[in-house]
Amino acid sequence: MLEAAWLIPALPLTGFLLLVLFGRKLAEPVAGWLATAMMAASFVATVVVFLGLSGREPADRFFLQTIFTWVPAGSFQVDIGFLVDPLSITMSLFITGIGTLIHLYSIGYMHGDPNFSKFFLYLNLFAASMLLLVLGDNLLLTFLGWEGVGLCSYFLISFWFTSDSNASAGKKAFVTNRVGDFGFMLAMFLLFREIGSIRYADIIVGAPGLAIGAATTITLLMLLAATAKSAQIPLFVWLPDAMAGPTPVSALIHAATMVTSGVYLLVRLNPVLGAAEAWSVTLIAWVGALTALAAALAAVVQTDIKKVLAYSTISQLGYLFMAVGVGAYVPAMFHMITHAFFKALLFLGSGSVIHGLDDEQDMRRMGGLAKLMPITAGTFIVGWLAIAGVPPFSGFWSKDEILLYVFDQSPLLWFVGLVTALLTAFYMTRQVILTFFGRQRFFDAHESEIQAAFVTKLEVVNQGFGEARTAVDTSKLAIEKAASDVAKREEGVVTAQLALEEATLAVSGSSPEAEGHEKLVKALNKASKGVPKAESVLTKALAKATEAHQGLQAAEAALVDTAAARRGIEDQRLAAPEVATHPTALSPKPDVSGFEDAMPQSYRDRQEYHPHESPWTMTLPLVVLAGLAFAGGLLNLPFAKNLKFLETWLEPSLFGNERHIGVTTGTKWILAVIAIAVALVAIAAAFAVYLRARRSPASLERSEFGLAVSYDEAIANVAGGPGKRGFDVAAMFDRTVVDGAVNAVPTAVRSAAGWIRLLQPGLVRSYGVMVVLGTGAVTLLLLRSLFL
Amino acid sequence: MNTLFAQEAQIPDIEWSLIWPLLILSLAGVILITITSLVPRTRTGSFPAAFTAASAITAAMFIPSTVARVNDQQLVNGRAEFYVLARSIAVDNFTLFITGVICLAVAMSAFLLDDYLRREGLESPEWYALLMLSASGGVLLASAEDLIVAFVGLEILSIAVYVLAALHLRRSESQEAGFKYFVLGALSSAIFLYGIALVYGATGSTNLRGINDSMFAVNDRGLVPAQDSSLLLVGIAFMLVGFAFKVSAAPFHIWTPDVYQGAPSPVVGFMASGVKVAAFAGFLRVFLYGFSDLQEEWLPIVAALAVITLVVGSFVAVVQTNIKRMMAYSSITHAGFMLIGLHSATKDGLGGSGGPEILGSSAILFYLFSYSVMVLGTFAVITVMGRTGDGQHSIDSYRALARSQPLLAGLFVVLLFAQAGIPFTSGFVAKFRVILAASEDQNYVLAGVAMLAAVVGAYLYLRVVVAMFLEDETDDAVDVAAADAGDSEPIDVPPAVLTVLVISVVVTLALGVLPDLGGSFLDNAAATLTQLRD
Repeated sequence: MLEAAWLIPALPLTGFLLLVLFGRKLAEPVAGWLATAMMAASFVATVVVFLGLSGREPADRFFLQTIFTWVPAGSFQVDIGFLVDPLSITMSLFITGIGTLIHLYSIGYMHGDPNFSKFFLYLNLFAASMLLLVLGDNLLLTFLGWEGVGLCSYFLISFWFTSDSNASAGKKAFVTNRVGDFGFMLAMFLLFREIGSIRYADIIVGAPGLAIGAATTITLLMLLAATAKSAQIPLFVWLPDAMAGPTPVSALIHAATMVTSGVYLLVRLNPVLGAAEAWSVTLIAWVGALTALAAALAAVVQTDIKKVLAYSTISQLGYLFMAVGVGAYVPAMFHMITHAFFKALLFLGSGSVIHGLDDEQDMRRMGGLAKLMPITAGTFIVGWLAIAGVPPFSGFWSKDEILLYVFDQSPLLWFVGLVTALLTAFYMTRQVILTFFGRQRFFDAHESEIQAAFVTKLEVVNQGFGEARTAVDTSKLAIEKAASDVAKREEGVVTAQLALEEATLAVSGSSPEAEGHEKLVKALNKASKGVPKAESVLTKALAKATEAHQGLQAAEAALVDTAAARRGIEDQRLAAPEVATHPTALSPKPDVSGFEDAMPQSYRDRQEYHPHESPWTMTLPLVVLAGLAFAGGLLNLPFAKNLKFLETWLEPSLFGNERHIGVTTGTKWILAVIAIAVALVAIAAAFAVYLRARRSPASLERSEFGLAVSYDEAIANVAGGPGKRGFDVAAMFDRTVVDGAVNAVPTAVRSAAGWIRLLQPGLVRSYGVMVVLGTGAVTLLLLRSLFL
Repeated sequence: MNTLFAQEAQIPDIEWSLIWPLLILSLAGVILITITSLVPRTRTGSFPAAFTAASAITAAMFIPSTVARVNDQQLVNGRAEFYVLARSIAVDNFTLFITGVICLAVAMSAFLLDDYLRREGLESPEWYALLMLSASGGVLLASAEDLIVAFVGLEILSIAVYVLAALHLRRSESQEAGFKYFVLGALSSAIFLYGIALVYGATGSTNLRGINDSMFAVNDRGLVPAQDSSLLLVGIAFMLVGFAFKVSAAPFHIWTPDVYQGAPSPVVGFMASGVKVAAFAGFLRVFLYGFSDLQEEWLPIVAALAVITLVVGSFVAVVQTNIKRMMAYSSITHAGFMLIGLHSATKDGLGGSGGPEILGSSAILFYLFSYSVMVLGTFAVITVMGRTGDGQHSIDSYRALARSQPLLAGLFVVLLFAQAGIPFTSGFVAKFRVILAASEDQNYVLAGVAMLAAVVGAYLYLRVVVAMFLEDETDDAVDVAAADAGDSEPIDVPPAVLTVLVISVVVTLALGVLPDLGGSFLDNAAATLTQLRD
């Protein structure tokens, strides 16, 4: 049955090849089902091998399968072969098992993506590389898998490459991992030099005979490699950014598999660690402890649902390093397995939330989802209790085991671990409350939307204000016109009266018999008619003037009104409904009733959206993982020796390097009680803050906690600024500085090399001078014995 | 007068049958010109390319029989080499191995050149004649047992390539590349020749054995006379510069990016394979044999050059945006790895044969062969991608290639992975062997720098891969911009180019999976290299 080992990586690889060849032609779900079937078959093969292995005597559980011999150089021989032992099969079991579930989940999650089949192609290749990493019988094959998973994660993180942030996140992951790869390569060569082979079988035999210095160096280099792959200080920076990829990728890469490979490597090389100086191994524990603490602090202040989980992953991996560093390999593996269960569950659950909420990732806009997504919420809660360390959920057993071993080595380390546990329970409770409980904040107006609404409203009022002002100006003009009109009319009246008087005088002065009297009387009549006419015109003009005055008053009143309205809106804006930056379950819904009609389209679209539970392909994996996250503790219950299945099972792979602790049962109980109490206190505290609002979250979510985040940013700034400039400078140096230096060489050189000038001015000449200078340097170096 | 000549000038007894490859390559060039001058130019078609490839293959077909003779000779009197032309040419497994690689490079370049010239409307048989003559110079350099012959070989090799670099008459970049290469190459040749003169002045011989023997004599007297020694050292320094220039080792690499960018893509393929191999062959033979007794003097400089070359090549490559410039820096980085191989191939008195030096010499030979094959495939792709005018070489023009040309992209990925040194490609085995040899030789600094360069360098190849695969579905803006730029010419992969590409990929993968494919030929050639002085 053990001969089936080669099938384990070969099946997903076949899936990858099939998808490469036919992926384009396969309709959407078929490609996903093909990939999932390959993973499931690989899981079956792993189970078969597992059964075969467990059928053997414990001492005999070591099986090498050589596919063919690969000889890179001379005496150096490497096989393409697989090492089947309890350690590699344990890893393979949960990689293929969880991998299958994640593949299944992806069918639902990636529905409708234009690159559907390509996604599964990468997933399968990733799984094949990961399995090669754990099953390879030598460091080189592990390295191949190591590079392979790195490459695939680069592709998968950048999968939605349309946004720049994803592309740069992928780049960050790649570059950071290259640093680790360098450590791996150096360690591999050192091992080869010291032991003469890089096969695990030979390393295991040869490691106890290693010189202590060599073993220490190898341990430190492997630690460097592991910090990159498993996202520990100082190389953890890529993991939070890697959340830009599709969620199943986060689950697969960052929970279950790739990030554990650093820990796997250290566990696999336990004989080397055993031969190294104690301080180098203790360093591993401290790296883990500090990472665990820093990342847990950072998780407390995150608002992105996936970033909380990302920092949580870093923190939990810190526990694994702590365990490895104190020689607690079995607890490390135990926690790795339970963590794979519950963290995959949490990631997939968060993916389900994001999927159901139209790609919303901000926890401040969630809340109350328990009713809408009962399965997601229920399973998420199982994952939460598991990671928070509440018995009898799986996380409690494995974490407690690690803390116990750590306590035996150093109470100080244990204390750091305990604080981390407290923080873990706290931020996870916070996440659960913000996401699933309290008021549904999904439909709430966002801060930016409210601001946008005010801008819209203000625009309307401003328009009215402008209009009123124009009206005032117009009516003022009208008044002026009316006034001049009145004046004119008054003049008219006066003229008419004067004409009347003149006519009256003229009439009275002339005899009626006189010639022209008729005419004068006529004129008098006319003039006497003219006066009332002019007077009536004047009255009209006066009326118009009054009207204009009234218009001005009205316009001025309108202006005052709009100004008041504008002030009112400004006031309203200042007093706008606060969208809580640190929400709790009780945070009130921002009241937008006064300006609902002005809210932007995104807000109105959201009101139309119906948050929903995910399809069965997504919820089924959640349910299965919830079962595992609940019951995973059964693997290694501490109550009796014969309940410690995992310890017994892994023993042959650890060659007696496992630490044995001399802690009394009483101490064990006390430690367990403390751990439970800490978890419960943290949960209660989080409930008090976020569900009961006993205390403002702002006072707890302190920005100083984001130490890890600031470090990340600092690194990014250095890498993006001076780091990139470094490369630019190298390029510049090559082309400009060297040329410049050459050009700065005194004219003497130039005139001595005057013939060069005849050729072509500029580059060729300076290149030529460069060659000459180089020749001079080489010559001087060769003649160094004359000077030294 | 005539009788005097007849008496004085001894015609050396020449065993022509041993140097068939050299003769075929040089004669074929002349014959090609003669034949094609008799028919109208328009009617030659693919004949010159086919003739060139056939000549190269014919030349290569003489290698196995010659190898058999060499190995028989070893059985008879323990020496696995023949000397021809008054001990100025050595025919041994090393010569024959290099000859084989050069012949392969000529054949593959001829295929690439055929379609390139037709596409660019530059068909003319002279280019093929130059290619073969250059190759014959390379073979001569690789087998030169005498510095004068080495210089003649180097010049035949180089001058033909200067002209080839400028063959694209309508592209000013090509003209400029040819000119720059010529000017700087002439400078380095002058330095090299001056070095030969100084060595002759110091040792009284231009023959490698003579040089080696003269140093022994000096050593036997105790201290080396300072006067002679410094003269000799200056000569060695000048020759070192000459070779470093040809293999593009930093800081003598400065011509490389400009020339690679400007020269026609198939010619660059030949420069990176045939020319580099020949130059390294000459470098190895002259330094490992002729100057081996002074290696404590020059070896640290080779190490320094290797370090500078690796750092400059791998770091500067990262910021390039033109793929041909990028490949130029990549070629510089590979030269750095090869220099480490050369460094490890020297004997340092630790252990007998089978020690680090055999690892080193087999590493560099493996590297030369595998790199030649993969770089020719790489430039096959670049030739195709350059499209008419040979101008589209920005990495952006590789975007979404996987969608439009899945086969081309797939094959290119293998070659890029090989250059990056991903396992199961020949590139990995080559780098691994070099690093292994260095660490066996206890040069941990060199091994460390090599690993660092491998790590940094991988990034640039991945950039191209990512451009080809991830960045399809690009935003329309890019497509529109590309269309505006007149990018719409379809990519045409002619069968000959595809053949070259497939051969290159198959060999690259085969050597990656079965590194011992070369079998005893490579081992014997490496052994020859280590036994030159014995």
